[in-house]
Order: sequence, then C-alpha cells, then structure tokens
Amino acid sequence: MEPIVSAQGLVKRYGDFTAVAGIDFETRPGECFGLLGPNGAGKTSTVGMLTCTLPLSGGDLRIFGLDARSHPREIKARLGVCPQESNLDTDFTLTQNLTVYARYFDIPQGEALARAKELIARFRLEDKADACVDDLSGGLRRRLLVARTLVNRPELVVLDEPTTGLDPQSKHQIWDEVRAMKAAGSSILLTTHYMEEAALLCDRLIIIDAGRVLEAGDPCGLISKHVGGIGTLEDVFLKLTGKALRE
Amino acid sequence: MNPGLVSRRCLHVWRRNYDVSRLTWKTNVLPPLIEPLLYIFAFGFGLGVYVQHIQYQGRSFEYLTYLAPGMIAVGTMFHAIFECMYGSFVRMRYQKTFEATLCTPLLIEDILAGELLWGATKGVFGGLAVLVVSACFGLTAWPHALLVLPVALVSGLMFAGFGLLFAAVSPYIDNLNLPTFLFINPMFLFSGTFFPLDGMPLWLRALSRLLPLTHVADLMRASTTGLLNAGLLSSALYLLVLTPLVCGYAMWRMKRRLIK
Repeated sequence: MEPIVSAQGLVKRYGDFTAVAGIDFETRPGECFGLLGPNGAGKTSTVGMLTCTLPLSGGDLRIFGLDARSHPREIKARLGVCPQESNLDTDFTLTQNLTVYARYFDIPQGEALARAKELIARFRLEDKADACVDDLSGGLRRRLLVARTLVNRPELVVLDEPTTGLDPQSKHQIWDEVRAMKAAGSSILLTTHYMEEAALLCDRLIIIDAGRVLEAGDPCGLISKHVGGIGTLEDVFLKLTGKALRE
Repeated sequence: MNPGLVSRRCLHVWRRNYDVSRLTWKTNVLPPLIEPLLYIFAFGFGLGVYVQHIQYQGRSFEYLTYLAPGMIAVGTMFHAIFECMYGSFVRMRYQKTFEATLCTPLLIEDILAGELLWGATKGVFGGLAVLVVSACFGLTAWPHALLVLPVALVSGLMFAGFGLLFAAVSPYIDNLNLPTFLFINPMFLFSGTFFPLDGMPLWLRALSRLLPLTHVADLMRASTTGLLNAGLLSSALYLLVLTPLVCGYAMWRMKRRLIK
C-alpha cells in the first residue's frame, strides 16, 4: 500500500534555529496518524511543510506520491487543512466562508453552495448559516473551520491542534467529527499536545520533541512498551523526555 | 519571486475582494463620487473665483478644466495605493486571509497578483468616478477622454504595487503613516495636480518629474483635453517600465515576509 505521506530526514530551519531536525515517518491510507509533542516541538513547522505552505530546509517529503517541492498545487488541491488558529473570513457569513473557500479549489458555484449547505447541516450550524463569523463562539468557530477543511472532499485531512483552547463540550464534538471522518475512511494527520486526544483518536503516532522523533508506534503498544501497560501516553511521554508536559 | 508562478487562480483572490466590496458597496461607491465633487466645489467656486484661467503648455485653460484630470489622477492613486497598503495589510496580518488561501491550490504568487489586480481595479474605479463627475460639469473632451481608462489601468496597477510594497515592509499598520506623509501627500501636491509645475523653482520641477503621479497627471490631462504631444511618450514609457518593476519588487518583498 503506497503511503499517503512519506517524510524522510525532514528539516526546517529559521536562520540559526532548527525547528525540525530531521524526522522520518509514513502515514497509511485510512489511518489517523498523530504528531504528538509539547508546544515548540516542531509540530506546526512540520504541518507547514506537509501543507506545502513552508519550504523544506532539507530532507524529502512526498504526499500522495508527489514531491512537495515540485507539486505544491496538485498536493494542496487534495488536502484539507484545519489551522490551529481561526483564519475564517470575518467579512463573510458562514455559508459564504465555505463557498468562497470552495472557489479557490475551482469548485463551481452551484456545487459549492450544495456542499456548503451539506456541511453546515452536518456540523449543526444551520441556525448560524447567515451569521457573521465574528458573532460565533470559539467552539462554533472551530466547527466551521473543520467544516471548511472538508469542502474540497480532501484525501488527507490535516488537523493542527484541533481542540486547543476549547471547552470540554466543544472538544468532544470535534472528536466525534474526527471519528466520523475515520469511519468514512478518511486519512487524517493530527497534531496535538493532549495525550488523551492522541490516545483516543490516533491509530499510530510519533512523539516529537525539540524537532526530533522520540518514539513511534500505536498508543497501546507505546504504553505497554514504556510503562508496562499500566498508565497513559502522558506517562510514556514523561518517561521519554524526563520532563512534565508543558501546556 | 518567479512571476511565471502566477496562474489564472489569482482571479479567485480578485473575486473574493470584489465580493466583500459588494457587501459594503454603499461605503465603497459614495466616497469616490463625493470626493471629486468636494474638490470641484472648493477649487472651482472657491479658488476659481481668483484664478479663472491657467497657462499650461502654452495654452490657456479654465482652472477647472486644468484641475479635473489632476483629480482623476489623484482618484486613481488614492484608491489603488490605499487598497494595497491598508486593505492588503489587514488581510495579511489581522484577517489572516493570505494564510487561509495558501492552504488551497493557490501559491503566494497567485494571492499577491490577485491583490494587485484588485488594487488596480479600485484605482480604475476611483479614476472613472472623477471622470464621470468631471464630464457632468463639461470638463472633458470626447472621445479623447476614453484614454483615461488605459492610463488608469496601468497607473492603478503601479500604485497598487507601491501600496503592496509599503504593506510588505511595514512591521505594524501604524508604520503606513510614513509613506503617506513622505510619498503620497507630496505627490498629491507637487505633481501638477492643482497647479502647473512651470512656475516652480527648477530643482522642485526636476524632483516632480521623478514622481509617478506627475506622469499620470500629464497623461490624464492629455486625455481629457485632447492635447497630445511628444512629451507624453516619455511619461507612458515611465509608467510601462516602473509598473512591472514595482509590482515585481512588492511581490518579492511580501513573499519574503510571509514565507520563511
């Protein structure tokens, strides 16, 4: 089975600072793959390279078998990216946010509107369909962000810390959506610093810190390997890094 | 910065900005129409009482006939440059529109080209608004005045380029006051917009010839009065050379700022 993402020796430098210091991983079709690590571990830089919005400083990155350096447009057309912070268009209503975004993918207007309606219903945003983004609560805004991610029916969904800063209820709603996407066979790449989230959603994951991969595997396997099956991913992380997880 | 990377998808960015402007059309359409009316009333009925005629290139013009093309040039400049200074800065920095759009098949080159085209469109609109008002007062010679359109298009793109460049190099939105006071306001006053340059000291005239708006004003004046002369060729050449240079440099600086 050809991997969805194949990263080898991935490096990202900003001047003298190395954010990603050579990481390797592969994700398989239909799985939810996690990048787990504390703030500043290099997750967002990795996501930037994966989404072809940041140039690589070194290494090799292929997505859908395409080279990220030479085929950014083709790759981005097949990706759905949910950013860490809202970049919804505050000049538009919820529906318009989805239709304008769909236009960037060359989706015809009629089809865009149909998809917007479908997503608004699926994410239970009907009451707010014609409201402005500024009037939404944080939880609703995140739901719209996730809905927007799906507007081009992506083959890989990239969720960058999708529940950071959310109340428990909104968090669970997002988790339900991710599970629904998984059930529908979507490939997902998820970054998080919540161990609980990683354990719940990810089939396989890598734990990264300071731009390096510390460990790779499935959540249960990692727990049994490092803390004898008694404990959580958090315990695994603490054992590996020797420090408490920063919020 | 590789201009070859710009694709037709840049029109999606243009369209997004157009859609926003349609939502707020009242505030977008009225000022460009009211502003020239204010100038025409203030200068025509105020200053025009004292200065009925003005000498320009060896001919005598009614003051308002002289002033109108200057205001067309100013309208084009203001609307194009401010759109890509403040408008683009807000979309880049505060609304994070560029960031969101980058996660679609568009490249940064498409986004910036779309911004520049939109700025140029606003410039054309700003220029045409003054043209319409001027025509209502009988201040334009037809059909020459149709030449305002191509001049507004090229100069609109050039001023959009300047605007985007200022947005690219300004760390904070407040820094944009600097090019306003050091570049836009001097141009507004010293580009043959309100009065001919001929009466000014030689050094000031030489400086004025360097300013882009001087050449735009000359071309606009030739269009609305129908008085064509050989000197216009150098002004046209000035615009055609400077426009791609400024736009290319602005896109390069903005890309360097955004893509680390």
